[in-house]
Amino acid sequence: MDTESTHSGYSHHSSRSRGSNRHSDRSRDRHKPRSRDGSSRSDRNVTITSPAPENTLLGEQNPTPADPQDDNWGETTTAVTGTSDHSLSQEDLVDFSKEETEGSVGKLGCQRFIPLALTLILGLLVLVTPLAFLVLPQLLWPEQLQACGTACEGLFLSLAFKLLILLLAGWALFLRPTRAALPRLVVFRALLGLLTLLLLLSYWLFYGVRILDSQDENYQGIVQFAVSLVDSLLFIHYLAVVLLELRQLQASFSLCVTRSTDGEIRHYNLGQLSIQRAALVILEHYYKDFPVHNPALLTAAKTRAAKHLAGLKVYNVDGPGSETVAGQSRAKMAAAARHRDTTHNELYYEEADYDRRVRKRKARLVVAVEEAFTHVRRLQEEEKKKPPGEVMDPREAAQAIFPSMARALQKYLRTTRQQHFHSMDSIQSHLTFCITNNMTPKAFLEKYLTAGPTLQYSRDSWQARQWTLVSEASVTSGLRDGTIFVLKSADFSLVVTAKAIPHIKLSEEFIHPKSHKFVLRLQSETSV
Amino acid sequence: MSYIPGQPVTAVVQRIEIQKIRDGDNLILGFSIGGGIDQDPSQNPFSEDKTDKGIYVTRVSEGGPAEVAGLRIGDKIMQVNGWDMTMVTHDQARKRLTKKNEDVVRLLVTRKSLEEAVRNSMMQPR
Repeated sequence: MDTESTHSGYSHHSSRSRGSNRHSDRSRDRHKPRSRDGSSRSDRNVTITSPAPENTLLGEQNPTPADPQDDNWGETTTAVTGTSDHSLSQEDLVDFSKEETEGSVGKLGCQRFIPLALTLILGLLVLVTPLAFLVLPQLLWPEQLQACGTACEGLFLSLAFKLLILLLAGWALFLRPTRAALPRLVVFRALLGLLTLLLLLSYWLFYGVRILDSQDENYQGIVQFAVSLVDSLLFIHYLAVVLLELRQLQASFSLCVTRSTDGEIRHYNLGQLSIQRAALVILEHYYKDFPVHNPALLTAAKTRAAKHLAGLKVYNVDGPGSETVAGQSRAKMAAAARHRDTTHNELYYEEADYDRRVRKRKARLVVAVEEAFTHVRRLQEEEKKKPPGEVMDPREAAQAIFPSMARALQKYLRTTRQQHFHSMDSIQSHLTFCITNNMTPKAFLEKYLTAGPTLQYSRDSWQARQWTLVSEASVTSGLRDGTIFVLKSADFSLVVTAKAIPHIKLSEEFIHPKSHKFVLRLQSETSV
Repeated sequence: MSYIPGQPVTAVVQRIEIQKIRDGDNLILGFSIGGGIDQDPSQNPFSEDKTDKGIYVTRVSEGGPAEVAGLRIGDKIMQVNGWDMTMVTHDQARKRLTKKNEDVVRLLVTRKSLEEAVRNSMMQPR
């Protein structure tokens, strides 16, 4: 491949022209095991600052800017632009055998159907094998077979029903539509597939050697052989149920999920899962629990931060040799501490003003909507005789009353910075929906007053479609106490921390029901 | 009969000697007591301080040895034959008064009027 020869040529050339420490860096990089968690590329993206050659070896970036200490960079730099997300490199080819996802939530790729195809093939084998066991003797040596009577018939019946149950159960457990594509293959599923394959192979082996070769005449034995195969397959299915479904039902970890931009925190209880499956569960909960991510609400904090940074400039008067990054930041912090800062005052008054504005707009909106709703009334049964010009279906009714509240609603949405979530069409269709279902104005307004969960909004305002799992431990390893992993999206990330639920030791104390005795506190008098 | 926590209790007391009378198998003294550290002090009608858990004389039978010896109703018993009665349970008090091998009990009792009498006598010009 092009890239490969380029790499080797470059490293060979530059090993002569660079210093020794650079060379050792690069050899260390090459021998680093290619860890395949889904975000290894982005991890390396983040950590590399200098030296420049490491970047081009991995082939991620465009040609890096010139290294100030190397004067003949024009001869040694190679423009490695071939390896981007869309082209293949050596690493990509290795990964085709595993299920790797780079696409967004809705993207279709043939990689998505590989597990489905494998499952179907295995299911077909499972269906065909016992039937083949039964049918082959009848085809190959029918004359020598002993006729077996009622025992065989009983076995046929049980075989048929067990096969039917197995197929139904397999369909219920394995052929559900996949909800996600995980970065690595699920260990348990692979294990079960291998186990099934192994079982089938060993049965075929025994069948071939003991029955086909020797042309066994005891047909009842053959039928019992087939029935035992189906029994074993049913037990493998039981094992699948336990491993895939039951094991994670008992909660043993409490996961704390924090959104990095606005600090929304949720807690979930999960059982023992691998990191990638736990990430999947958390993402599913994310769409229904977390309020939608609104970047417009974060601009205030950003402008404040920018003001802090821009407030002080550090000039170096001693010449280029004495400047260190740490010294600069310390000087900045000292100056900032002395500077009389009034930004907290501004923040306080700004927030008070904002609250007042929002409440004013909300009051106007509520009044406008209530007034609009009074203009529409459901047609009573006895009034069906009205002229058709006055009778409207819900859409027309919504369109009729919408203009009177449109302005107030739009102003309110602008003030709370939600206007990009709701288009006019969506507002009108929601109004139609509310009118059809006899909702009050308050019920209509609730959707706009509070930020709802992400699923409630249309797909383009989600801002969270493509997820990357960043983890220090391997993503197929199980959750442990103190596991931390990050789910990165384009604009924000979800930081997940796992804490084990403590082992609870419960002891018992027996109270005899007759042991509850009481005395009154009296002033008792005794005569002596 | 004031009580300062941590300080010894001081009171003006009267010495009363009661001869027990034999009544069948028992020796009786002719009065009733109430109080004790296991009792509810707020129900004591004779005490000034309603947290006082001492032993009080609640009834004196007519013509009995106690009345003859000078015990009055409402007296607080401080000592019986040298045994302290200010910090005893009700049952302990009863036991100390009704010991079978003693014929006579010497009590130290205190009452409000004693203190007033002493004060009056001290204030009177001689």
